[in-house]
Amino acid sequence: MERPIDLELKKLKEQLLTMAGEVEQQLSLAVRSLVDRDSQAAEAVIAADERVDAREKEVDRTAVEIIVRERPLASDLRLVITATKIAPDLERVGDHAVNIAEQALVLNRMPPLKPFVTLPRMADIAKEMLRQALTSYVEHDARLARQVIARDDVVDALHEEVFRELLTYMLGDPQTIPRALALILISRSLERIADQATNIAEQVVYLVEGQDIRHVHGGEERGV
Amino acid sequence: MSAALECRNLKAGFGDHLVLQGVTLAVPSGGVTAVMGPSGCGKSTLLRCFNRMNDHLPGFFREGEVRALGRDVYDPTWPVDSLRFSVGMVFQKPNPFPMSVADNVLFGPRLLGIRQKQELSEILERSLRAAHLWDEVKDSLSSSALKLSGGQQQRLCIARALACKPQVLLLDEPSSALDPIATARLEETVLDLATSVTVLWVTHDLQQAARVSQHVAFLYLGELVEEGPTAEVFANPKNQLTERYLTGRFG
Repeated sequence: MERPIDLELKKLKEQLLTMAGEVEQQLSLAVRSLVDRDSQAAEAVIAADERVDAREKEVDRTAVEIIVRERPLASDLRLVITATKIAPDLERVGDHAVNIAEQALVLNRMPPLKPFVTLPRMADIAKEMLRQALTSYVEHDARLARQVIARDDVVDALHEEVFRELLTYMLGDPQTIPRALALILISRSLERIADQATNIAEQVVYLVEGQDIRHVHGGEERGV
Repeated sequence: MSAALECRNLKAGFGDHLVLQGVTLAVPSGGVTAVMGPSGCGKSTLLRCFNRMNDHLPGFFREGEVRALGRDVYDPTWPVDSLRFSVGMVFQKPNPFPMSVADNVLFGPRLLGIRQKQELSEILERSLRAAHLWDEVKDSLSSSALKLSGGQQQRLCIARALACKPQVLLLDEPSSALDPIATARLEETVLDLATSVTVLWVTHDLQQAARVSQHVAFLYLGELVEEGPTAEVFANPKNQLTERYLTGRFG
């Protein structure tokens, strides 16, 4: 039985997924601008950020409309609440993509410091975490969401590794400092993107199970 | 025991129709507990068990324990009149007696044997003020209660119940015949009362249950499906039936 609210909720989910698709594209483009030294791609990321910001407002508007008109309860209510919490996470991912693009512009003006190995790997994991978090939202899959949360530690460890390696470059040759700092900022952005994916996955666990696992320390307690 | 009202494995019905199929519920003291559920699920029957209002209905039968204020409501040493003074009730449709506003409110106290004018006058004002009606009727206390609007009549019925100093008020869809403004006034009145009186409120209006209650119980086909803090049950019901009812998938 289709209810009037079903159409509205479908619209909300579609808006969120459109936003997620655009953010993912922004992130891919930002990483490409770094790895392929493609400054044009970096400029495109920076220019498209406003569109992502507008998407966040669009999701909020639809959510408010549903609350006012339909007064959702139970799982409908949780779907609306989680959508309004996921949209800002996605918007922040968009901001981090812009940060990466800005640092890529700086780096592209200088000779490469070293071949990229760990950063593309981090970017791949972060992107996959983001994609899986969104899939878990669409499919109401709390198990997949918990897998996303568990992977956050991997990205944290890689960020540590990148930081330590770049520190040795800076200590060994002060001339590498500007490039090493730019790369550390990029690594930091990727680590934050994995955090945003984790936040989204935590919202999915709440959506599906009604269990709030935010700010709970220890994997076992969070069921991951 | 902190429950104001309690029933254990309560089965009740009429003739050969079993309405309540073994309900166990504890209504916490103070605040508003809402009973919700689709039509015919046994909400009113349950409510009326707590002050024995079903007893006079044809074919009524019951088994299982029903307690109010810590006492068995069928305790032979607790006269039913006295039970109903302690556990008052307001019905779906306003039912003022065809007499003056003052006589309506003082009906119970006079039955209790209170004759002193000063005391009656104090009860009258206190009850009407508590029911948020005093300012509207203070100059027409001797006018017929039937001249009041529907919302005023319902608040008069609350004042009439309050005049007997009840510790519990049972409300059986008291705003179903009222317009939104009168409903809002009634809700405001009851929320004020609920600081000193335990209120059990039967409603089929989910938004009303969400607005007025701190605790909620969901009945379906004569069984208690789920109960708990209102915000918790409305946002995150544990039972699939509650989930389906709240999201309008049935009922």
